[in-house]
Amino acid sequence: MCLAVPAQVVELLPDEIALVDTGGIRSHISVALLDDVQPGDYVIVHVGHAINKLDVEEAEKTLALFAELAEAIGESPDAVYPRVS
Amino acid sequence: MRYIREFRNGQAAAALAGKLAQEVDPRRSYHLMEFCGGHTHAIFRHGVQDLLPENVELVHGPGCPVCVLAIPRLDLAVELAERDDVILASYGDMLRVPASRKRSLVKARSRGSDVRVVTSATEAVRIAQENPENNVVFFAIGFETTTPPTALAILEASRLGLRNFTVYCNHVLTPSAIQSILDSPEVRSLGSVKVDGFIGPSHVSTVIGSRPYEYFAREYQKPVVISGFEPLDVLLSIRMLVDQLNSGRATVENQFLRGVTREGNLKAQRLVAEVFELRAEFEWRGLGNVPYSGLKIKDAYAAFDAERRFGLVARPVPENKACQCPAIIRGAKKPMDCKIFGTVCTPSNPIGSCMVSSEGACAAYYKYRHHRGLAEQPVSEKICRSPA
Repeated sequence: MCLAVPAQVVELLPDEIALVDTGGIRSHISVALLDDVQPGDYVIVHVGHAINKLDVEEAEKTLALFAELAEAIGESPDAVYPRVS
Repeated sequence: MRYIREFRNGQAAAALAGKLAQEVDPRRSYHLMEFCGGHTHAIFRHGVQDLLPENVELVHGPGCPVCVLAIPRLDLAVELAERDDVILASYGDMLRVPASRKRSLVKARSRGSDVRVVTSATEAVRIAQENPENNVVFFAIGFETTTPPTALAILEASRLGLRNFTVYCNHVLTPSAIQSILDSPEVRSLGSVKVDGFIGPSHVSTVIGSRPYEYFAREYQKPVVISGFEPLDVLLSIRMLVDQLNSGRATVENQFLRGVTREGNLKAQRLVAEVFELRAEFEWRGLGNVPYSGLKIKDAYAAFDAERRFGLVARPVPENKACQCPAIIRGAKKPMDCKIFGTVCTPSNPIGSCMVSSEGACAAYYKYRHHRGLAEQPVSEKICRSPA
C-alpha cells in the first residue's frame, strides 16, 4: 500500500498532470502535491501521485558508497556468499 | 529501472553483510522492528534475513493498512457496497479481506454490488462525474503516504461541486502506531516482545519527514533509521541501527536521503491539514483503540464524508478465535505460531487480513518461506500443512 516507485518526468501537461517514465513504461500521474516539477526530474510515485522528488545527487552518493563496498570485497566466492554466522 | 536495480546489487549486499557480521556484538542480540509491511515483503523477497547474523532478529510491525483495519470498519464498507444506490470505489488490496460473517467486498460484487477497483482517488472522482445518478463512495485506507491524494480528491470534488461523491475515511497515522507498540504491555512490562530499534518507513516519511520520530528516539531511547525499500537500503539501515545500539546512541538517522528530509513534503501536509483532523481515538485491529491515531474529514467538508452522509456506526464483532492476526500485527507472534497458517488460511482462502495483503506478514511467510518450512518438517506435518 505504501510502496512507491521512482519515475522520471517526461513532460508537464495541463491540470498538474505529468507524463512520466518508469523503466520504459509511460503513464500519467498527478504532480499536484509538489511545487516546481520540471521535465527530467525524478519523482517518487504512489497511487498515481508524485509524493516527493527524488534527490538524484543523494541517490548517487548512496550508490557510490555501495560501489565502494562492492569493490573492496572483489570477486571471491566467499564475498558473494559470505559466511555470516 | 533507474534507482531501483542499482539498489539490488548482490556484491554490495554481500559486502554489507560481511561488515555487519564483523560489527555485531556476539554477547548481545538485536531486535529490530520493521514498521512497514512493505519492508517485511522486501526483506523476504530478497532474502535479506539470510544475510543477517544470527543475533539480529527482525520483528514485523503493524505498518500494513489493510491488516490493521478493524473488522467493524470493513463491515461498514461491505454494507455500503450492498446499497443499490452506491458505487464503492476501493484500492484492490481491500477486496478479498474477510469481513464478519464470511463476507467480503469481492463476494458482495459477485452478488451484484457495484464495487470498482481504482488505483488512485482521482479515478473515484471521475467515476462520480460519469455516474451522476449514483452515490460514489471512495473507500479510503492507508497511512500518511496515501492520505494526501485522498485530500486532493475531496478538494477536487468540492471544486467541481459534486454532490454524489463521498469518502469513507480510514486513514491512520504511523507515529501513533509506533507509540502504541512502545506502550503495549508486551513491550513495556511483560517483555514478550523485544524491540531495540526501528527500521522506519521511507515513503511515509517522504510526506511527514523524519522529525515525528525524534520523540520516540528521545523519550523511549530507541534508535530509528528511516530506510528505503530496496535490499541494499534495508541492509545499510540495519548496519546503522547496530552501530547506534553498539555505541549506546538513540537518535533518528535517515538512510533514505534521496527522498526524505526532516520537514517532509510541506505542501502535502498543508493539504491534509486543510481537509482532515484527528479523531479522538480510532480502532486498530491488533492494537485496539489508539488515541489520536486516525483522521476524519473536517466539518467544512462534511458533505464529502460518507460516515455522515450514510449515518455509519461501527458495531463490534468477535474475532475469529483461531486467527492470530491481532497478535501478529503487534509483533507478539509470528505467522508460524498460528495454527491455521498455511492449512485453513491460505492466500486463496484467507481467514485473516495478514494473509490477504501484499504487505501482510502471513502473506510474506507463505509466499517466500512456507515451502522451505515444509522441507524442514517431518512428513506427517507436511501432509497436514500442505495448502489445499
